[in-house]
Parts: sequence; C-alpha cells; structure tokens
Amino acid sequence: MEVAQETLTTPAPKTAVEVSGSVALLEALIVEGVDTIFGYPGGAIMPIYDALFDYNDKLNHILVRHEQGGIHAGQGYARTSGKVGVVFATSGPGATNLVTGLADAQIDSTPVVCITGQVFAHLLGTDAFQETDVINITTPVTKWNYQVTDANEIPEVIAKAFYIAKSGRPGPVLIDITKNAQIQKFNFEGYTPCNHIRSYRPKPIVRPQYVEEAAALINQAKKPFIIWGQGVILGSAEQEFKAFVEKSGIPAAWTVLGAGAIPTDHPQNVGMLGMHGNYGPNVLTNECDVLIAIGMRFDDRVTGRLDKYAKQAKVVHLDIDPAEIDKNVKSTVPVWGDCKETLPMLTKLVEEKQHTDWLNTFNEYTRKEVEAVIHDELNPTTPEMTMGEVIKQLNEITKGEAIIVTDVGQHQMVACRYAKFNNTRSNVTSGGLGTMGFALPAAIGAKFGAKDRTVVAIIGDGGFQMTLQELGTIMQSGIDVKIIILNNRFLGMVRQWQELFNERRYSFVDIQSPDFVTLASAYNIPGKRIDDRTDLPNAINELLSTKGSYLLEVMVTKENNVFPMVPQGCSVAEIRLK
Amino acid sequence: MSNQDIEKQEFNITVYTENQIGLLSRIAIIFSRRKINIESLNTSPSEIDKIHRFNIVITESEEVVRKLVRQIEKQVEVLKAYYHTNEDVIWQELALYKVSTDVIAEKVSVERLLRENGARAVVIRKDYTVFETTGHREETDNLINILQPYGLIEFVRSARVAIIKDSDGFNRKLREFERLEPGEDVIENEYLNQGEKVFTM
Repeated sequence: MEVAQETLTTPAPKTAVEVSGSVALLEALIVEGVDTIFGYPGGAIMPIYDALFDYNDKLNHILVRHEQGGIHAGQGYARTSGKVGVVFATSGPGATNLVTGLADAQIDSTPVVCITGQVFAHLLGTDAFQETDVINITTPVTKWNYQVTDANEIPEVIAKAFYIAKSGRPGPVLIDITKNAQIQKFNFEGYTPCNHIRSYRPKPIVRPQYVEEAAALINQAKKPFIIWGQGVILGSAEQEFKAFVEKSGIPAAWTVLGAGAIPTDHPQNVGMLGMHGNYGPNVLTNECDVLIAIGMRFDDRVTGRLDKYAKQAKVVHLDIDPAEIDKNVKSTVPVWGDCKETLPMLTKLVEEKQHTDWLNTFNEYTRKEVEAVIHDELNPTTPEMTMGEVIKQLNEITKGEAIIVTDVGQHQMVACRYAKFNNTRSNVTSGGLGTMGFALPAAIGAKFGAKDRTVVAIIGDGGFQMTLQELGTIMQSGIDVKIIILNNRFLGMVRQWQELFNERRYSFVDIQSPDFVTLASAYNIPGKRIDDRTDLPNAINELLSTKGSYLLEVMVTKENNVFPMVPQGCSVAEIRLK
Repeated sequence: MSNQDIEKQEFNITVYTENQIGLLSRIAIIFSRRKINIESLNTSPSEIDKIHRFNIVITESEEVVRKLVRQIEKQVEVLKAYYHTNEDVIWQELALYKVSTDVIAEKVSVERLLRENGARAVVIRKDYTVFETTGHREETDNLINILQPYGLIEFVRSARVAIIKDSDGFNRKLREFERLEPGEDVIENEYLNQGEKVFTM
C-alpha cells in the first residue's frame, strides 16, 4: 500500500498521486459503486489481492471455491441487483474456469466485469507458468475484452469496461491485467466513469414513424398478442410495460428470462412461452394476427420450428439490439430502441381496449392444460412427490415474494412454470446457455444483490453435484441461501427425451448422489431429507424460518415428465399435453 | 443446386473500425462461427486518422450478409459496416508474377505482353523479373495463364480493395453520427481527427 487511503477514493484527487495499477483498479471499482467482489486469488493476480487487503472496509470480497462459482455468483448478483457483477480470477486455469460463466452471461445479457491476472508482459507468448491467451479464448463469449500491459491504461480501461458491460444490451466484459501493470506505479489523476465511446452506440435512435406504424397495426388488430422477454427487466421498463399491457388490454406471455416483469397473477399474464411453456400461449401464437415481441430474441426454445412460427401474424419487434431484428423472425414493423423509451411512445398511441373474448380463448386453453397436466402435477395422488407440488407448497409459504434461483433441467422448467413471482428480478436461471451447476453459486450472488429478500435455490441432483463445492463459500461467508434439492435420482431432462424419443434407452442418466444432508452438515449447514408429502409443509417452513442457510432434499418421482412440451423440430402449435 | 446456392453472390463488406488489437479476430469469429468462408480480407488505414477500414469479400445470400453486417456492427470498436454487390463498388486486386529473366527475354515479346495485359515490370534482375498488374480476378488470372508455360516461379495476389460508388466518404458520415447521437461529453466531437490525443486506449 503506497499511500494512505484517505488521500484516495472519491472524490478523485485534484493532483496526481503515485499509486500502483492494483490500487488504481480498486479505486476505480469503488467509484463505480462496487460493493461485492467474487473471486479466487492466484499468483498472477496477487498484487491486486495484496492491495485488496487494505480495502477490506470498502470492498467485500467473497472467496468462492472455484472460479466458475465466482462468475455465476457475479451473474446472480447482477441479475437481482441490476448492478454490474465483479469477479476476480488469476491467469491460466483461473481465467479459463470463467469461460462457462462468460458464455452464460453473454447469451443471457448479464452485466459482469471479470478482472483476470496475467503473467508479466515480457512473458506473454512464451508459454510461461499459468499463461493462457485469455483474450482470444474469451473473445467469442464477451461483449468486450482488453488486455492491460501498462498501469497507466487502468483507469480508462476500467471505465470503458463498466460502461460497456451495463449500457445498451448488457453483457460480460473481461479485462486481463499483466502482473507488471498491477505492480507498476504511475501518476493516478483520479477516476472518471465513461459515458461515451466513439465507435459504440449502445442504443439505436428511436424512429417515431415506426412507433406510429406499430401503433396503427396494434389498433387494427383483432387478436393481438404480446410476448415479452428479459429486455423489459434489463431496461428497468417494468412500469412502462405494465402501462402498455393494461391500456392495450392485450394478453401477454413471457419467456423464461422475462418472468416477473409483471406479476404472475396479473389478469393479462397468460403464461410462459416455449418448449415447456403453457399450452395456450404456444398454440395461440399461431392464431394471433399481430404479434408484439418486446425485449426478446425469438430463441429456438421459444419459437420451435421457425418456418411454421406465427406465419399468419404481422410482427412488431421492439428491441435495443438492431442485430436481433429480423435475425430469426422477420418483423413487419421493427421498433429499434430502449423499451423504456419506446414503450411509453407506443402506449400513448395505442387505443384503450379490452380484448375480452380473445383473452378468454387463452383461459379456455389454460383450463384444458390444468385438466390434463397441472392439476395432477400440483395435486398428485401417487405415493411419490412431484416437483410441482414442492413449488406449489413454496408458493403458499413465500406468497410469491422470494427470489427463485434455478439450475438446469426438469426442475428448472417446473419451477419456472409454477413458481409465483410478484416482483421483478426474482427469477434467476441460466436461460440461454442452460448451464448445469449455475444455481448454487448464482444464489450466493443473488443474496448479495438483494440482501433483504429470501433467496431459494432449486436444484436437481445432477446440477448440484457440478458446483456443490460452493457450500464452502456459504459456510465461510455465512450466506443465507435456502437450498431445495429436487432429487429424482436421474438426469431427468435427458431421461425424459430418451423416454420420448429414444425408446427408453436410458443411456448414462441414472446418477447416484452422496448423502446431501450429511454433506451439508460437513459444511455446518443444517438440512433435512424428506420423501413423504405429509412432511412437506413443515419442511419448507423449517427451511424458510431457519436462520442462515438450510438444505432441504426432497425425494421426488423418478420418472416424471415435464409437460406440455413442444418436441424439437415441431411447431409451437403442435405442443403436446402428454 | 439449391435455391440458396442460386441466391448466393459475391458481396463486399466494408467495415470502419477503431485501430484496436484483437479486433480482426473478433470480426473473423463472426464468420467462422457460422462456417462462412472469407474469400478475401484487406485491412488498412482509412481517410480518417486512426480509423481502419476492412474490405471483406464473401459469397453468400443477401439475407445472410445483412445479418452478418449487423453482428459486425455490434462490436464495440466498429463504427460502421456496409455491404455491397460487385456492381455497387469499384474494386481492384494487385498481382505480382516472378519469372526467369532469361526465359522471358528469350521466348516472349515482353513489350507486347505488358501492353496487352496492362502490366508493368517492377524489378528486372539478371536472374528474375517481377511483373505487376492490377485488376479484376479474371484479368490477373489471365497473365498467370500466359506466363505459366514460361516457367512462372512465383505468384501472389493481394486481397481486394473496393471503393463504394455511391458514397460520400465516411468522414462526413461519422460527423453526422456524432451529431445525431452525441455522447454526454460532446466536446469530443471537436477532436474527431486527433486520434489518440482524445481517444486514448
């Protein structure tokens, strides 16, 4: 530590102070409003960690057990707080362990800034110890990345990193800092956040004529249908979206990442789209006359077979990313722009209506789905418990106020289908990449991002075993995360596909697990396993009322399937109820 | 031949970028990820200091090219990307041919060869001569065919460079962008051509 901290941090010093690159980095993070860093030290990032030792009171560092856990925690933090998640890792294996999380953050538009240490600049390209070409490795999975080899670059590069990560369509940024730049002293003239980069235009200019054309189409429509995605949440446009939905009277359905932007029980919320979405919104996508897509990217899990997707409909697509317009589905009217800006313009021009008959059509389909699928899933008469009834019980106790973090697989789809969300930023899941192992570390981050809220991680027995070492992080940092393992003793989603499409050839999906409760106990985390539904209410009450973390393992039916389902290669209208 | 193949034609993609290490790789990945072959790629400074210009040639359908250009434009350091058909641009490739001076002097009417092919001799040494020609692919190919029987030793052709016919140049466009979408710190606009003094990295 070269200078007294009082002389640094905000406001920026008027005269230059000689500091190391590491100190300049930490000063920059403080000005950017960073309060929590998830990370793991190592040789090439030691100068930064050495400086961090003196910043304990300003920067809370959470020592994870694996860098993948670090970045998923950063993602969870970003998703619940709306701020940028920050992750530290060392060079070589430390950096490569971030790749899965970077890819996940890239596809789910999560703002994360990763700082990796790198070998000394003079060793670059020599196959030095723990050297990897992290910039080239991470180029396809970052919104931007940059290698710093001189401490003088640090303030400006960090400012750019934060600006790029959080502006426009958010995404992950990786800054690789060579060890010499971390150590090097330079004249630090203070830190100014970035608000403009010449070559970078985070938001396209809104073209009012397109908004007018969109409004005209919507006003003429007999069967308009809104489908919304995470863009509404990322743009903090929940209120603007609600105003549009309510004035227009149009039924609205959501993608997995859009969940919670308006409450689950909102009368115009007609459910979830996609492969395991609700019956009505999927079928009626192919019957609406105007499809209004807001902040969503027509992922293949949502559209099913593209050549049969909403062919009858005129499509209005609102998106901040021009590259998403016409990428998968051709739009009739593209509305480029930030939906926080475009939605109020559109709301102003749409006529106040109630599409009662059309909305009732969705309700008819819901009734059909309840009868065929939902009733039995939530109120089973079979001896073994279903995943759905666990979620139902959780809803009853949390009243839709909890943050639900899910892993990937059957439990994820069940949780997304049945969990109730009263609030935005409550559904944290790996939507685009489908990363097993995401939930436990993401829940850790989610709790730091929303300290006053209850965070429940719902995880399958397979995914839990991918990153269960993060129980150590929970133990050491005293984090309050409620963990529910839905254990069906299978890699359930793959098994479901094998059952439906591979003549029940269950190839390597029968997975054994350790005693999760004993394992949690080894980390000083209390827990319980139940396999009788009469124990379920008390067990969930105990989970939620116990101070600190708790692990509840629920043994559920082995061979249960998630329905409805749009089989791959089929149209959304061909969704199967069983 | 499928319909998609019939739709395919040569497109010239022009990209204006900041001069940034690693950007070439970022742009190349956009093509390789989609298994699209880059037939020709040239990068050079543009008419604006510190702004580089890529010329990329691919054979694809217009729909694919349009999507690619949007993906390219998404990159942080890319200022603008355009695509054009061959009819929309004036383009040239440079070719160099090395032949044995003895053979060529003895067996070929050099003067005629140069005149007919719009070529010129760049270097004439005792042991070899290097000719240069510029033009479209078929023109530079033609000289290969002529020289091949005389023991063409070495041949090299540059990437394509292309000027867009219907363009006022990028300088004006850039100023227009800045006017329409200024940063909060608009003072930057006054220093567009001062490169690193303002846009250091």
